[in-house]
Amino acid sequence: MAAFGHAALVLALAVCLYGIAASIYGVRSGLSRWSDSGRRSVYLLAGVLTVAFAVLEQAFLRSDFSFNTVADTSSTTTPTFYKAAAIWSSQEGSLLLWAWLLSLWSSLVLFLTRHRMRDIAAYATAVLLGFGGFFVSLMIFYANPFATTNPAPAEGVGLDPLLRHPSMMIHPPMLYSGYTLCTIPFAFAIGALLARRVDADWIRAVRRFALAAWLLLGIGILLGARWSYAELGWGGYWGWDAVENASLMPWLTGTAFLHSLMIQEKRGMLKVWNVSLVLATGTLAIMGTFLVRSGVLNSIHAFGGATLGVPFLVLIATLIAGSIYLVVTRREMLRSEHRLDSLLSRESIFLANNLVLVGLCFVIFWGTYFPLISEALTGTAASVGPPWFDRYTVPLALVLVLLSGIGPVIAWRRATLANARRNFIVPLACAALALLVLLLAGVTSKPLALTMFCCAAFVLGSLGQEFWRGTRARMSTAGEAAPVALLGLVRRNRRRYGGYVVHLGMAVLFVGVAASSSFQHASELSLSPGQSTKVGAYTVRYVRPTASITPRYDPAHTGSTLSLGAVLDVFKNGRHVATLSPSEGFYDSSDPTQGSVGHFIGGTAVSHVSMDAGLTRDVWSAIAPDIDTAQLKHIIEVGNKTIPLVRPDEGIVAVAVMARAYMQHPPPAQFHLIVSPLVMWIWIGGLIVFAGGLIALWPARGSMRRADARSRTRLGAELEAAREAKYRELRDLELDYRTGKLSDADYHSSDHAVRVEALAILDRLEELDQVEVQASQAEAQDQAEAQEREQAEEPEQAEEPAIPTAS
Amino acid sequence: MDPHRKRTIRLVVALSAALVLATALIYTSFSAASPALSPSQLLRQAQPGHSYQLTGTVVAHSVQHAGQTLDFSVEDRVGGTVVPVAYTGTVPDPFREGREVIVTVHKGTGRGFIGERDSLITKCPSKYKVAPSSENQSY
Repeated sequence: MAAFGHAALVLALAVCLYGIAASIYGVRSGLSRWSDSGRRSVYLLAGVLTVAFAVLEQAFLRSDFSFNTVADTSSTTTPTFYKAAAIWSSQEGSLLLWAWLLSLWSSLVLFLTRHRMRDIAAYATAVLLGFGGFFVSLMIFYANPFATTNPAPAEGVGLDPLLRHPSMMIHPPMLYSGYTLCTIPFAFAIGALLARRVDADWIRAVRRFALAAWLLLGIGILLGARWSYAELGWGGYWGWDAVENASLMPWLTGTAFLHSLMIQEKRGMLKVWNVSLVLATGTLAIMGTFLVRSGVLNSIHAFGGATLGVPFLVLIATLIAGSIYLVVTRREMLRSEHRLDSLLSRESIFLANNLVLVGLCFVIFWGTYFPLISEALTGTAASVGPPWFDRYTVPLALVLVLLSGIGPVIAWRRATLANARRNFIVPLACAALALLVLLLAGVTSKPLALTMFCCAAFVLGSLGQEFWRGTRARMSTAGEAAPVALLGLVRRNRRRYGGYVVHLGMAVLFVGVAASSSFQHASELSLSPGQSTKVGAYTVRYVRPTASITPRYDPAHTGSTLSLGAVLDVFKNGRHVATLSPSEGFYDSSDPTQGSVGHFIGGTAVSHVSMDAGLTRDVWSAIAPDIDTAQLKHIIEVGNKTIPLVRPDEGIVAVAVMARAYMQHPPPAQFHLIVSPLVMWIWIGGLIVFAGGLIALWPARGSMRRADARSRTRLGAELEAAREAKYRELRDLELDYRTGKLSDADYHSSDHAVRVEALAILDRLEELDQVEVQASQAEAQDQAEAQEREQAEEPEQAEEPAIPTAS
Repeated sequence: MDPHRKRTIRLVVALSAALVLATALIYTSFSAASPALSPSQLLRQAQPGHSYQLTGTVVAHSVQHAGQTLDFSVEDRVGGTVVPVAYTGTVPDPFREGREVIVTVHKGTGRGFIGERDSLITKCPSKYKVAPSSENQSY
């Protein structure tokens, strides 16, 4: 089977090379059948890599330890759920996952755009296959997932217990989907630059994929934060680790792109900026993958001893150099078609939001790569810690949240000061009310957190006003009831109101972050059964120890041999509010020198966090039981001496004796206790963000039909897309007017300007239609003449002898 | 005002602001950064009042709990120089004797170093596996 998987990789590389050559030849020569063949090779690549992935997954599920990857990251005692997920815990398997997801997403985008932008799509196909070929080459030449050892070891090392969490099944695929989807807008941007077609058509084609990349990368990041909080014994959700930062950077530039692309669609502005953002997002996604695999920076997430740094550096250098070259050489055609009408317009707010997002990305980039920068400049690698990141990111995050509330109440093109002032009354009142309530509640010690709460209240006020005014306008025009009007409003303006829901979620999320990081109470201490401690307003009492020996069916179902924990009672003002049961799982080790009993618990020990989560606060607990007591050590030593390694059944009995001894004479245990306010709102905010993302992503009725209709000719497609954009702009203007963001005079002048632009487009479309009609008439005439000629020649042809056909 | 002139002024202001911010960023990153040192480098270079990122391996039988403080020693990856550390704060699950750790420290009294709260990072052992020998590999 390994040979079959390896052959699939070799075939995949051949498919990539052929597809690249066919796509480029097709677009250069104008022979569309070659471009189509290049596109179909992406489908074939997806098929071949699916087979390769299935072969490796099956090896994991069968515990086939002849595969080195399986032996290194799985074992017979690893629960089946985690065996299935172990495939991407190794360098080799995760590379295969990357390439496989890339091929699947590429197939989807190329299938959906098969009738559109054929020249851009052909170049994009070559770029995507280039990425695919790169990752497949890494697997063939550097990190082969199908490498085998003969004879196969009897047992594997097992999946790292730290990774035995349900998030393992979904967090890496989500992140990798986000990363691979980031390469799709990148590939189309390169295609548009190479084809010299830098209008908004390519942006419209990849907008959904950029949004999907943003959504999945965001889900991946949030799942990672949740996993860290709920599983790892440190109680945090973000540590400014290099690999965490690497995933956040493309998400930030992607967020900036999703805002600024609207300006290009509507006004033909920011073309250089947009294409640069897309290229930066794709490159940052590859850099994120590089960081995990190169070992150049210290990270708890990085694959150690990695040897893939040089190939990745070559790829990244190529991407950066190529991107800069293409943008510089195409700068003339990337000039904006319009200029900003007013600094008081939504375009300006979007621009400010873009600058903040890119500024945030730059700060994080600088801090993340600072060890390399300082080593290059001073000869000593030095790193900056979380306080440095907080110093810059907190003010930028405050500005960002504020802008997310300002943007929705400012009209496109031009807003008068009087209208803006009127629209700010409700949001400002909300912010002032929040400030008053918080000051009265005595929340004065953390000014930055206080500012964040007020900014969030401003956003809530701004968005609440937007939804209310939009609904009211629809109720008055369509005569609908409020809930129906609200639904209709969102359904007809998915992008706008989906975006507003995202803003709402971000505000809620930042409230959770500000509250939990500023007002957290934590305690780390040693307790014996019966002892109590205070954590914030809560009293925590260590009631009794717990122990279980269930190698396959431990309480957390992660395969730990021994689990030692505690029952904790939590009180507030003398009232019992929760019972917590934190534990620590001790996993077996494959090292026989630890002895017949010692190896059962000689592997990694992992905390199983227990918490009482609520809307107002989480009470979080972790335990580190002491197993280095003289009594427990004695049991292990005696067991190691008397029980042979070949009798694991007796060894596990000794572990049971240990568990009983621990229960009877529990030594003091080390506890980590945290009371964090409003943490739950981080996850709720995340869910709201992603609900908003889905609303914006969901295709509007008839959009696919329009897409097909546009595909007649290149010019026709561009004009029809421009017409749709103008119609959308007119609808937006009307909505801005009805929701009180535009004065009568501004609305009528802007409406007139857009209508003039729309009429110009309609005129050009009409001209094109006439040309097409004339062309089709001429074609029909040609066909008729050809038929007449054929009929005239038929008698002569009939005299020709019939050619017998083989049957 | 002439629109062209207005745009130029805006551009100059924006670029100046970006320059000031970038300078602040660079200055603070160098002043706030902790050099990454091995135990032997730390003993040679450590100055009172400065923090350093100590990287090395936890010495066998050196880990002891004393109330809220975790005492352990770190040695060079190749062995040799040993630095004692008194640390308080969160201890990552994979922390064990013999594992590679990174901890931010500053000079304490005597030869010892004080670990800064919650700064201890342990490398994940499964991601530092030794590559299998090439002679018995096959495809």
